[in-house]
Amino acid sequence: MTLLVPQTGAIPRPKPSSLSQPFWDGLGLHELRFQRCGACRGATHTPALVCSRCGSDELTWEVSTGRGIVYSWTTVWRPQTPEFVVPYVPIVVDVEEGWQMLSNLVGCDHDEVAPDLAVEVVFHHLDDGVTLPYFRPIGG
Amino acid sequence: MTTSPKHPFREVAVVGVHNTRQARVLEGYDSRTVTMEAALGAIADAGLTPLDVDGVTGGNVAAEFVYQHRIGPVWKSPSGLGIPAVLEAAAAIATGLASIVLIPSGSAGAYTQRESTAPWTRPGNEFVAPFGMFTAAEFALIARRHMLTFGTRPESLATVAATIRNNGSANPDAVYSGRGPFTPQDILDSRMIADPFHLLDCSTTSEGGCALVLAHADIARDLARPPVYVLGGGIDYYGPSYQNPPTFDLGGRRDPTFVNGWVGRRAAEQAFAMCGLSPDDVDVCEFYDPFSFEIIRQFEAFGFCKEGEGGDFVLDGTIGPGGRFPVTTDGGTMSFSHAGSQPQLLQRVARGVEQLRGACASSQVDGAEVAMCSNGGSGALFTDVLLLGKDAT
Repeated sequence: MTLLVPQTGAIPRPKPSSLSQPFWDGLGLHELRFQRCGACRGATHTPALVCSRCGSDELTWEVSTGRGIVYSWTTVWRPQTPEFVVPYVPIVVDVEEGWQMLSNLVGCDHDEVAPDLAVEVVFHHLDDGVTLPYFRPIGG
Repeated sequence: MTTSPKHPFREVAVVGVHNTRQARVLEGYDSRTVTMEAALGAIADAGLTPLDVDGVTGGNVAAEFVYQHRIGPVWKSPSGLGIPAVLEAAAAIATGLASIVLIPSGSAGAYTQRESTAPWTRPGNEFVAPFGMFTAAEFALIARRHMLTFGTRPESLATVAATIRNNGSANPDAVYSGRGPFTPQDILDSRMIADPFHLLDCSTTSEGGCALVLAHADIARDLARPPVYVLGGGIDYYGPSYQNPPTFDLGGRRDPTFVNGWVGRRAAEQAFAMCGLSPDDVDVCEFYDPFSFEIIRQFEAFGFCKEGEGGDFVLDGTIGPGGRFPVTTDGGTMSFSHAGSQPQLLQRVARGVEQLRGACASSQVDGAEVAMCSNGGSGALFTDVLLLGKDAT
């Protein structure tokens, strides 16, 4: 068993685009943001110009509850680059408002991940001002 | 087989194929020189010379081939990736824009930082790179979902890997020739990379070149090798690779019955419809094998078995030597070669051609008349398929 913790090394930093800047700006304020469609009320992620459900361009940013369940996961033992400490657990989260995002699981042992595990976002500040959204088990 | 007067590629054949030597590291080569060598090899295989070529697909090296050999003006497409390049070349021939088209590819010297995964496996995108993603992890997220949904077991994945690696072990031209045989248990005993993928569930990395030459059937009939006809093909994409969460259930707004976990289904349906064939007509399955699970989902996506049944489908010898649907008979990217981004894709087509010629030094499928080749994978949000035939339909 290995306790999963946020990465602290020189891992790749996000390079926000004009489309995604509000998402990354939100993280610094401890807000997990997604785009809500004014036409169909559907949620869109990753950041886009049109709604992934209906194609409308009436998208506005909203703040997520930051809660969801684990849709899929993998436990990585051979890292992308040596800067990553293993094991780490990439997950796809079904977020409450009906969108999916990729993240890493933290705050539990690597073998505690399970289907539909309830998780919540946790904001991890890197030393250069970048904030990454990780997820941890609720009540874990 | 019946003749369809509307068959779009009925006058197009593959007439030349060539793999250069493949190796983990090809000393003395770079991507340019190994691509040039592959190109000349495929042209020679067809019994042609560079001056016969009036069409080329690919990037800078393909353009350089045109310049260095002074074969311009030629038809050229920038299409550089595997089966889409083959289909574009076939379309150029079918429409009369070209009569003999060269598709060169090669990669060497691209992977030098061995403490990291290969550069073509590592995305630079903001939504995946910070979370440590690379191709094994991307594809693992898809495989896990299939396992959760259908109860697919690691033994099925391991059986696929052992089958393909044993094909490679028997292949004298494979990078990992003689490195088997493997049992499924050997696969499960190898170290974990990205759960559920053990080391031996994953593709290798290597260097090498591969090229094809396609020609109009009127020309093909008089060349050095028996023509292998393009029967049909298709291309399915859900978006850019490695930039968004790779999910099994990703769908499109047009037809929600198609999802990314079975990407390639629509392409396969198109390909079979073009020539009036079905999976039952396929003799050899040269499926792209980036990770063991991908073979399982391709058998489902292409209609060889039902959704969720791929795990059992691969367990009973069906996909091995002498089985009904032998898969990836040269050892694929797991054992034969996984050179850069393009040669590995073209190599599925090259092997399909060699099978239909009856010319394979190992794992030849006796009497093979129809080969199905594929590229891509659900972790990368695309799959392309190509049907080849010993006879034109």
